[in-house]
Amino acid sequence: MTNSIADIQTADTMFITGSNTTENHPVIGAQLKGAVKAGKKLIVADPREIEMAEYADVFLKIKPGTSVALHNAMMNVIIQEGLEDKAYIQNTTEGYEEMKKLVEKYTPEYVSEICEVDAEDIRLAAILYGEARTATIIYCMGITQHVTGTESVMTLADMAMLTGNLGKAGGGVNPLRGQNNVQGACDMGALPNVFTGYQKVTDATIVKKFEDAWGVKLSDQPGLTITDTVAAIDDDRVKMLYVFGENPMISDPDTHHVEKALKKAFVVVQDLFLTETAELADVVLPAAAYAEKDGTFVNTERRVQRVRKAVNAPGEAKPDWMIFMEIMNRLGYEKKYSSAEEVFEEIRQVTPQYAGISYQRLENAGIAWPCPTEEHPGTPILHIGKPARGVGLFKAIEFAESGELGDPEYPLVLTTGRILYQYHTRSMTGKTEGINNLAPESYIEINPKLAAKKGIKDGDMIKVKSRRGEVKIKAKVTERVEENVLFIPFHWSEGANVLTNGEEFDQFSKIPGLKVTGINIEKLA
Amino acid sequence: MITLKINGFEVQVERGATILQAAEKVGIKIPMFCYDERFKPHGSCRICVVEVEGARSLMTACCIPAADGMVVQTESEVVVEARKEILDLILANHPLDCLTCEQAGRCTLQDLCYQYDIEETSYEGARKSYEKDVSNEFYTADQTKCILCGKCVYMCSQVQNTDALCFVDRGFETHIGTPFEQGIAESTCVSCGNCVSVCPVGALMPKRREKYRYWEVEKVQTTCAYCGVGCQMELLVKDNRIVEVLPVKGHCNEGLLCVKGRFSFDFVNHRDRLKKPLIRKNGELEEATWDEAYDLIVSKINEIKESDGPDAISAFSSARGLTEDNYLMTKMMRAVVGTNNVDHCARL
Amino acid sequence: MELYRSHVLVCGSTGCVSSDSLKIIDLFNKELEKHGLEKEIKVVQTGCFGLCEAGPIVIVYPEGSFYSQVKLDDVPRITEEHLLKGLIVHDLTYKEPGKKEASDSIDDMGFYKKQQRVALRNCGVIDPEILKEYIAYDGYAALAKVLTKMSPEEVVETIKASGLRGRGGGGFPTGLKWEFTSKAEGDVKYVACNADEGDPGAFMDRSVLEGDPHTLVESMTIAAYAVGANYGFVYVRAEYPIAVKRLQIAIDQARENDLLGEDILGSGFSFDMEIREGAGAFVCGEETALIQSIEGRRGMPKVRPPFPANKGIFDKPTLLNNVETFANINQIILKGADWFAGIGTEKSKGTKVFALGGKINNTGLLEIPMGTTLQETIFEVGGGIPNGKAFKAVQTGGPSGGCIPAEHLDTPIDYENLIALGSMMGSGGMIVMDEDNCMVDVARFFLDFTEEESCGKCTPCREGIKRMHELLDKITEGKGKLQDVDKLETLAKTIKKASLCGLGQTAPNPVLSTIRYFRYEYEAHVNEKMCPAGVCQALLQFLVIPEKCKKCGICAAKCPVNCISGVKGKEVYLIDQAKCIKCGACLEACPFDAIKKG
Repeated sequence: MTNSIADIQTADTMFITGSNTTENHPVIGAQLKGAVKAGKKLIVADPREIEMAEYADVFLKIKPGTSVALHNAMMNVIIQEGLEDKAYIQNTTEGYEEMKKLVEKYTPEYVSEICEVDAEDIRLAAILYGEARTATIIYCMGITQHVTGTESVMTLADMAMLTGNLGKAGGGVNPLRGQNNVQGACDMGALPNVFTGYQKVTDATIVKKFEDAWGVKLSDQPGLTITDTVAAIDDDRVKMLYVFGENPMISDPDTHHVEKALKKAFVVVQDLFLTETAELADVVLPAAAYAEKDGTFVNTERRVQRVRKAVNAPGEAKPDWMIFMEIMNRLGYEKKYSSAEEVFEEIRQVTPQYAGISYQRLENAGIAWPCPTEEHPGTPILHIGKPARGVGLFKAIEFAESGELGDPEYPLVLTTGRILYQYHTRSMTGKTEGINNLAPESYIEINPKLAAKKGIKDGDMIKVKSRRGEVKIKAKVTERVEENVLFIPFHWSEGANVLTNGEEFDQFSKIPGLKVTGINIEKLA
Repeated sequence: MITLKINGFEVQVERGATILQAAEKVGIKIPMFCYDERFKPHGSCRICVVEVEGARSLMTACCIPAADGMVVQTESEVVVEARKEILDLILANHPLDCLTCEQAGRCTLQDLCYQYDIEETSYEGARKSYEKDVSNEFYTADQTKCILCGKCVYMCSQVQNTDALCFVDRGFETHIGTPFEQGIAESTCVSCGNCVSVCPVGALMPKRREKYRYWEVEKVQTTCAYCGVGCQMELLVKDNRIVEVLPVKGHCNEGLLCVKGRFSFDFVNHRDRLKKPLIRKNGELEEATWDEAYDLIVSKINEIKESDGPDAISAFSSARGLTEDNYLMTKMMRAVVGTNNVDHCARL
Repeated sequence: MELYRSHVLVCGSTGCVSSDSLKIIDLFNKELEKHGLEKEIKVVQTGCFGLCEAGPIVIVYPEGSFYSQVKLDDVPRITEEHLLKGLIVHDLTYKEPGKKEASDSIDDMGFYKKQQRVALRNCGVIDPEILKEYIAYDGYAALAKVLTKMSPEEVVETIKASGLRGRGGGGFPTGLKWEFTSKAEGDVKYVACNADEGDPGAFMDRSVLEGDPHTLVESMTIAAYAVGANYGFVYVRAEYPIAVKRLQIAIDQARENDLLGEDILGSGFSFDMEIREGAGAFVCGEETALIQSIEGRRGMPKVRPPFPANKGIFDKPTLLNNVETFANINQIILKGADWFAGIGTEKSKGTKVFALGGKINNTGLLEIPMGTTLQETIFEVGGGIPNGKAFKAVQTGGPSGGCIPAEHLDTPIDYENLIALGSMMGSGGMIVMDEDNCMVDVARFFLDFTEEESCGKCTPCREGIKRMHELLDKITEGKGKLQDVDKLETLAKTIKKASLCGLGQTAPNPVLSTIRYFRYEYEAHVNEKMCPAGVCQALLQFLVIPEKCKKCGICAAKCPVNCISGVKGKEVYLIDQAKCIKCGACLEACPFDAIKKG
């Protein structure tokens, strides 16, 4: 997030897009509802009529995968209405004219056909966003998990820059992080192209810096992403896979393909439970849970917060960092750490954004990075004054429909997501009886009209087919989704990811287009 | 700035500060049942009444703003008499089952009766009696124990913004319920338990998995392990087991938790946890020692590095692991295995 | 406007309507037509005349003949004799209690003589559904004056100078409230009228709404101009359907005639209003609860400050006055602050409407200058106590008012005096009690009401009133101890001091005032286990007076539980006290007064 959780509630207008906030980030959802009750304006764009939609001044029930068009149309209106921040554009950005030219054709009327929403609503939303003294954008996987995910985020950034809503309180572009420590994992360089603090592996000075710090020779070739890895195992480029705290058998697209890869490679899984993925492993290592170790998590607003040990790990389970250290030691790298704090001290040395953060400082409250020195209070809002890269770059981006669509054999759109009661692959929530009573099984949301056409009643078992596979699943008939759109929560095996596309990705981030899958359905006898 | 006198002490506070905030500034404690700084001032329970010179009636410290020149007594005879009377009245309509009540040790009514020497009520007469609502998976609502401070209602409507709870009926019949009295399971309740966390007595209680007393538990503050909000919470630990989770007023969660953070902690104590390394032998995963597991992994890494180069080894790091875990994972892959093939599920 | 030689005014307010006054109007019209008088004589449906005891009321002008308890059968007679021949039908006109002859004119009636009608000036005079009639009585002249000749500040100053105080209960200076609201910061402000008249027996607000609704529309518009509001709400009980209907008619008429809405009378000032109906909770008469209810929430009082003047409806500055207060405004504007300040006492200016009820001859609504004594009000205007009984106490101010005994009857009525006596002005209820009332029972009766109407929010009111009620039950059942009376008193004082809103802070008044003035009655209940007034059933004993008993056995035959034994014609009858259920059937049945209650 560019801004903090406390800050986004102060915006005059909030634009929530692709985020089912009350179910996926319930505490933020509660706070945002409070902001609306206190008089803040709200625009919601989502293919489903999520709870936040009830609170919205304008709700845009868009067709999945059409966000880029919507954002272009909103910018079209903002420019038409003269609501752009001319001074900000003039002083701190480049590429404006090109973008302006591109969005000209994205009139609300044109885009209303693409997004399948009312042109007037697009106009209203744009004005509400454009006129606000401060307007914030809050988004989540509904924006990113598309083959055009990165571009969609770029158009959101364009919109924020266009209205001067970047680098100020109550503004910003704010992705909500789905997991407790995605931010921390990214910050630590658990990405194939960067070291900690987003320092590029392809930058010779950076590589040199890490070689000095770690005392070894390092590769300057970007590695493989998760999705690339599955394909690489397929064609024998990768022989061994080390899976730490992940359950790709459920969370990754195209389950059948993943399964094939896991069976082929030598797989190490390190986890709390014998997950669906661990069952296919060659070695399984027992790890300590969050309550069994000291350390830190970094939340969605870049706030580094302490995790503290409360109980002992069961049996011989160990903190993950200790396992990695012991393997490194056995591979001949001698460095030893006696505590997570010692690891953190090393992180500070190599990560400029973390340099000023210490466990001692974190004792009472978390600190949002960048925090370059011990005296620095942290940075709740990024890009103040001017964008981090110096000038903000407008990107002119054309809308392109997902390749998943347009196949007459799979005419319906499947989208996926989480629900309030379950979490990710259920390896944690699935252990609580009450949770399972509230959300016992997988289901598919289907519009009453479509259900009637197909002779499906609420609770019927149906077959859902995509080019990747098929699942049998219980129908939940609801107006939440439009007639040609269906939704499956991805928590369960035999669920959404049997159907999703594991081969086509966003060209920049390699994120799979999980939110749009061409499917067909039929009632089971 | 405003200057006032509380129990003879001069206090300076910002305009708009309440008598309570002024009193806190000089370390004077004022009892309360219904106050929470997150709510709009409501002044329901009246236990925080204080005497303000010149005022017609007693004033609630929690919501009356301090005024310049105000002279306040927080424990004068009138005040103490009123508080005792209020406690007497509450007790007259509250079961005295403190021996078995699970809130014992965390009960404000118990604490204040102790403080003001109220051993029993001086009233006989009607007592309320309601059937306990056990329909929620994670907590019970026992209106018989409710003292109607309203915190649960205000929490649900003003902070959690779910509006599942409301006041029902009037006068002595007033109680907390759900719209149209359909019961909690049928309401809009999302089981966040934030109402339970603020209940000062034993009316709203978590359904316990095992028995514990609040004075037996150790509390450890930590960060929630579910979504990316980073809610602060306290783990209540007894005999090396987490028995309950309570919210902490952290920077990002304002003392709120959701159903997962508050109630779904069973996985930590779960019997299915992996306790020993497993190695696949003859197609089956079998228990092994750490040494055996490490040896196998290390030999595999060396073997593949030798035959196919380090880039034939890949790793998925974890968005659920510690920052420190992720750091050492990436360091292991980059510095020791020698590849940048490390990624995690940020995109999933 | 056509001219008529005579007007027949028929009350069309709730009381008289419920005894068929609308049919009387229809019949008059038919009768007039029958006699060809429809062009000469006009029948007018008016608001309330006040003397509801005597309803349905018909007044014939110009004579001012006051026909009371008119039945449909009386209409042809009044038409033929009075309207056709000009002969007043004396056996149908109202005869005041204690007088031998009926009064020929309303002007001679004691009920009206001491009254001075300011708030009620048009009630019973004009047809409330006809705007022109209101205008004919100077209606909207005050608004025109304000919009054309006065600045908002001048209006506020005028109201301040008049000394008008809130008629809803608290008696807060109205002008100050206006000033606070006008000075409060906010782009949006509201004017609201409290017409949630909840005191049992009080109906002055209803009378104004039913009899003169335009006065409220006009005064609220004036208030809005003064404080800078552009929108108003009238919060009225849903139990007042006629009031709601007439007020809506008035609002619609005002809108159609440029007296409400955009650019009123071409002045550039805009104001509009709507009616919000309440659901019958007494506590919604409390201003903060009322505001919550208007906002669509449960009507529960809030802590003040902030006061509505700063944070009212939807947290915007809000001026909230009650109906009677507003009903004085246009007269103050037209006649001046000095005129109004010339009426009443030093601290309580103007007149006050009271709803007189209980053991009183002239049950109804009356408006008297502040400073009139209780004596004058009850015995002159009210016509005294019926059936020659002795006055015991008067309770003022609704169910939370105190009971004032005979020794204070000479007290001039004003806000401060009533409070000093342990009672209050309230909205103007006035219940008279005579020697047959048990004051402990009276206190219990009122607590029954407040206990049920407590909103349940704050502890002292919700729990405390219940316990007071239980203690009173105990005392009236003869199970009380002297400590219980003391306990009652200390609990009552805590509730007054520690409750959140006016309801809790005043609910104990009936108990405290009766303990103060009639402690001996409490003591009789606990010490001697007797009820001096003979009201408390549990303490009663029905006894046969042997010397009077004629041994007829009628009592035994009437007794529903067969607890009276004796031998007809031979033995004096005897009541078994252990079995007696104290129903009083024997007492009523005995033809020889041989059974006494004690």
